[in-house]
Amino acid sequence: MEAAIETREAYWEGGRGPFGIGWSKLMMWLFIVTDGLVFAGFLAIYGFLRIASPNWPDRSHIFHLDFIALMTFTLITSSATMATAVGAARKGDRKTVGRFLALTIVGGAAFLGMQAYEWSSLIRAGATLEANPWGAPLFGACFFIITGFHGSHVLSGLIVLAITMARSAAGKSRPAGIELAGLYWHFVDLVWVFVFTLFYLI
Amino acid sequence: MERRSGLILAIVIWLIGAGVVMMGARTWLPPLASEHGAGIDAMINFTMTATGGLILLGHIVLGLFVWKFSRQDKITFRLAGPRMERRWSLAVALLVAAIAEGGVLVIGLPVWAKVYDTASPANALIIEVTTEQFAWNVRYAGPDGVFGRADPKRYSLDNVLGQDPDDPAGRDDIVDLNMIHVEVNRPVLIRLRSKDVLHGFFLPHLRVKQDSVPGMKIDFWFVPNKTGSFELACAELCGLGHYEMRGVLVVMTPDEFRKWKEEKRNG
Amino acid sequence: MAELAHGVHRPRSFIARYVFSTDHKVIGIQYMITAMFMAIAGGALAMIVRMQLAWPGEKWRLLGKMFPDGVEGDIMKPEFYLSLMTMHGTIMIFFVVSLALIGGFGNFLIPLQIGARDMAFPFLNMLSFWTIVPACLIMLGSFAVEGGAAQAGWTAYPPLSAVGAAVPGSQWGQTLWILGMALFIASFTMGGLNFVCTILDQRTKGMSLMRMPITIWTLFISSAIGLLAFPPLLAAAILLLFDRHFGTSFFLPSGLYFGNGLLPNSGGTPLLWQHLFWFLGHPEVYVLILPALGITLDMLPVFSRKPVFGYRLTVYCLYAIAALSMIVWGHHMYVSGMSPYIGEFFAIGTLSITVPSAIIGVNMIASLWGGSLRFPTPMLFTIGTIIMFGTGGFGGIFLGNATSDIQLHDTYFVVGHFHLMIGGVTLMAAFAGVYYWFPKMFGRMMNETLGKLHFWVTMPAFYVLFLAQHFQGLGGMPRRYFDFDKFEYLQKVAAANLHVSLTAFVLGAVQFVFLFNFFWSAFKGARSVKNPWCATTLEWTEASPAPHGNWGEQLPEVHRWPYDYSVPGAAEDFTPQTAPATVAPVTF
Ligand code: HEM
Ligand SMILES: [Cu+2]
Ligand SMILES: [Cu+2]
Repeated sequence: MEAAIETREAYWEGGRGPFGIGWSKLMMWLFIVTDGLVFAGFLAIYGFLRIASPNWPDRSHIFHLDFIALMTFTLITSSATMATAVGAARKGDRKTVGRFLALTIVGGAAFLGMQAYEWSSLIRAGATLEANPWGAPLFGACFFIITGFHGSHVLSGLIVLAITMARSAAGKSRPAGIELAGLYWHFVDLVWVFVFTLFYLI
Repeated sequence: MERRSGLILAIVIWLIGAGVVMMGARTWLPPLASEHGAGIDAMINFTMTATGGLILLGHIVLGLFVWKFSRQDKITFRLAGPRMERRWSLAVALLVAAIAEGGVLVIGLPVWAKVYDTASPANALIIEVTTEQFAWNVRYAGPDGVFGRADPKRYSLDNVLGQDPDDPAGRDDIVDLNMIHVEVNRPVLIRLRSKDVLHGFFLPHLRVKQDSVPGMKIDFWFVPNKTGSFELACAELCGLGHYEMRGVLVVMTPDEFRKWKEEKRNG
Repeated sequence: MAELAHGVHRPRSFIARYVFSTDHKVIGIQYMITAMFMAIAGGALAMIVRMQLAWPGEKWRLLGKMFPDGVEGDIMKPEFYLSLMTMHGTIMIFFVVSLALIGGFGNFLIPLQIGARDMAFPFLNMLSFWTIVPACLIMLGSFAVEGGAAQAGWTAYPPLSAVGAAVPGSQWGQTLWILGMALFIASFTMGGLNFVCTILDQRTKGMSLMRMPITIWTLFISSAIGLLAFPPLLAAAILLLFDRHFGTSFFLPSGLYFGNGLLPNSGGTPLLWQHLFWFLGHPEVYVLILPALGITLDMLPVFSRKPVFGYRLTVYCLYAIAALSMIVWGHHMYVSGMSPYIGEFFAIGTLSITVPSAIIGVNMIASLWGGSLRFPTPMLFTIGTIIMFGTGGFGGIFLGNATSDIQLHDTYFVVGHFHLMIGGVTLMAAFAGVYYWFPKMFGRMMNETLGKLHFWVTMPAFYVLFLAQHFQGLGGMPRRYFDFDKFEYLQKVAAANLHVSLTAFVLGAVQFVFLFNFFWSAFKGARSVKNPWCATTLEWTEASPAPHGNWGEQLPEVHRWPYDYSVPGAAEDFTPQTAPATVAPVTF
């Protein structure tokens, strides 16, 4: 009987996680989950306030959707270039890694630039954290805080990418490190899709 | 050595169990003065009795185990099979579920539904209570049964409720401070609002508690069924005067109430 | 010394070894000592609270000197009382119990009990500790700012916490409170990520999940709950900060009137904060209590020399509690103005948690059955934990039930209940753990006589103190009251306050016996052997104290579950997890 019980469970060899991924990747995934939950919290609050406010501004009067679409397209494209860089890193192709990381950074920076432009045009139109000309004052608060929080994630992503690129150019980075940076970058992009949908599309 | 420790510990455990039950058996709740409160008391008393029994049982068993098994140098029982574990857990689960879930479903929620999910009777006395740091502003609609308009924009030291002087409906409203007068056995509908922070409308003798929330108008009702004066306490932290935010609910006979109203209107 | 795997090497300088250490054991002890320091602070606040409640209006010369603003003319001001109780609650929950159980035992035990050399990411671990230190300083320092420390309770309900004019502590004290909490959340997140990854990825050969000690299970589940529940609170805290300083109105509706002026805010609602806060707040109490239950369940086999009862079911119950704890937050809001229909849902959900909790409680008692009990200090505290958990748990049935909660909400019944649960259960288990693992930390034993003295005063005093508060609550005594003289109906129940306070002073005083014992024994205690309790878990196969990097060259291999006590046919009454099946049969 004893022996039977001993073999009932698959023998644990130690070392690797149960999903077959190393701790650093697992940690990045978990971090993404928690960070994603902060965004979920913000977006849930936003959704609640928007539904509860009778005079929520009509988005079509405020945003220029084609411009936002371009922003979104830029960010999604940067995700694609990032994926290419990760793939190249796996193959050990350092030159392609460098080139595509650079492209990703350009994409992210362009996104931030466009966001800054959008913010400034809204601010010029009179929107602040406290009030805005279109309706419920909380619109401005939600918009600036949530897009700002996302923008700060993009910014920190850019810093991570820049460091990764420098290390890769110096031959110091391992493919796993580039993969982690890639995971984070995809996450930031994915969050944007939600922000985009909830603020601009509906 | 272990035997002595075990015995002392067991005795203390039994004493604790007995002490809890003896204390719990006393009357603690303030004397009841409302209709629905009987249901709440029934709920509390049921849980008291049931958990009191379990606490007593638990302490007796724990003490017994501690005492008995401190006396042996070799173990007499080692590992329970999965089936035995499951049976014990199932028994515990059923017992606790019966007390906790059964209690709330059978006794608790019907009372809850009566208090909160039922519209107040048509003859209810409607009283508006507006809380502020650290006072209860009480308003009755006059004979017309309509409250005059009130607007936060008019708040001032002389017009604490922001009443509109031009609204004819408001001319006969009665306004009072920290005193709520009601009729015995007649339902009271409280319309609760707050001017600044959260407060809690707590009538311990009537088993009534409701937070007042700025930005919300919260209606709830109850039926006082004893005459007398009952204290109204604030149950939600509202600032440095929280502890002295006292009001009084005066429950009167219909005659007395009529008289009081007249005096109030003339005075 | 041979170069160890993972490139672990022993740092030489004092600073690298004991201050900015990446060794999980040092970090664990750092957390523990920080928690003790904060416990002295939080405990002192509680004592001052109890002084005021025992002798309202009394003159306090020393306090008047220490806090000239809060205790003006030697008489305590109500707002100072609110600061005391707010900071007492905040410090005790987040900076004492969380730090001791999660930070302290979590860091110290996880690698040692699963057979790892260190946490997955030691540097992040160090960062986690050094984020907590400024958080502690900010919380304590907030007493010195204009208006005093936060005064809105540990729940920080707006508008009180959002409007500077609402209460003096809502000026700078509340802002510092939010910053301190944000740092705490950052630190907890770093620690929690590390715990979960370490437990999943760094277990040694043979240490399958179902062979982990229950303590590790509970730390794992607590970390996971925390990682899921803290982010929304962080979001809420950020928004509260914006409401306070940047004119937004997330938690502020229109029509707020303070100090003769109407506030410009509009559109928000205070209930939003309550939902977000309790979405964290309720899971947080399980974050605290689960490791305490884990330690208790792990202590019982050692001191009864037989396996724990119902290991597998306990693990399932932990999962059930974790899942349920995320969907019952509304039981703190039955009378908050939330829809009564939602209240019914939360009542039914909340009371279903009693089922797994009761199973765990019964498993504890059943673990004693047939054993051969020993009563050194850790076991005494373990029995104390069981008593607190029993009584405290039954109090929860009153509060989870929406109908009885109408009367009991925000009374001393609540205060009594949560002190038994997240104060009593957690502290008793933490004491048990310290007495038990002390030899592993310092290579010396704690003094038994002092330990027993500590127990025999602490346990009864704690129990009596907080049991009494249940009854005061039933008598309608509201919590967070500076003084109970203003109400006639309270005179009878509040008369007990003097006795309650005297008990509290005894309880507070005897903790110095523990502190003395701890520090004295760390240097002067009797030297301990490697495995003084004859226990089976992995940490006892390592030297006491364990060296940096754990286990020298060869990691241990695990062959059995952690509870193989009194295995039939074995030479000794305990069989370490590392003993292969040839030494003694594997029985689980
Ligand atoms: C030394 C023993 C302790 C004593 C004498 C004590 C005393 C008190 C008292 C009298 C209050 C109520 C204050 C009021 O409502 O006006 C209180 C509140 C509180 N205590 Fe303790 N306490 C002790 C230990 C602990 C521990 C170990 C914890 C750990 C979790 C804790 C957590 C809290 C919390 C969360 C509050 C609520 C604060 C609030 O209402 O915002 N206490 N304590
Ligand atoms: Cu109050
Ligand atoms: Cu809760």
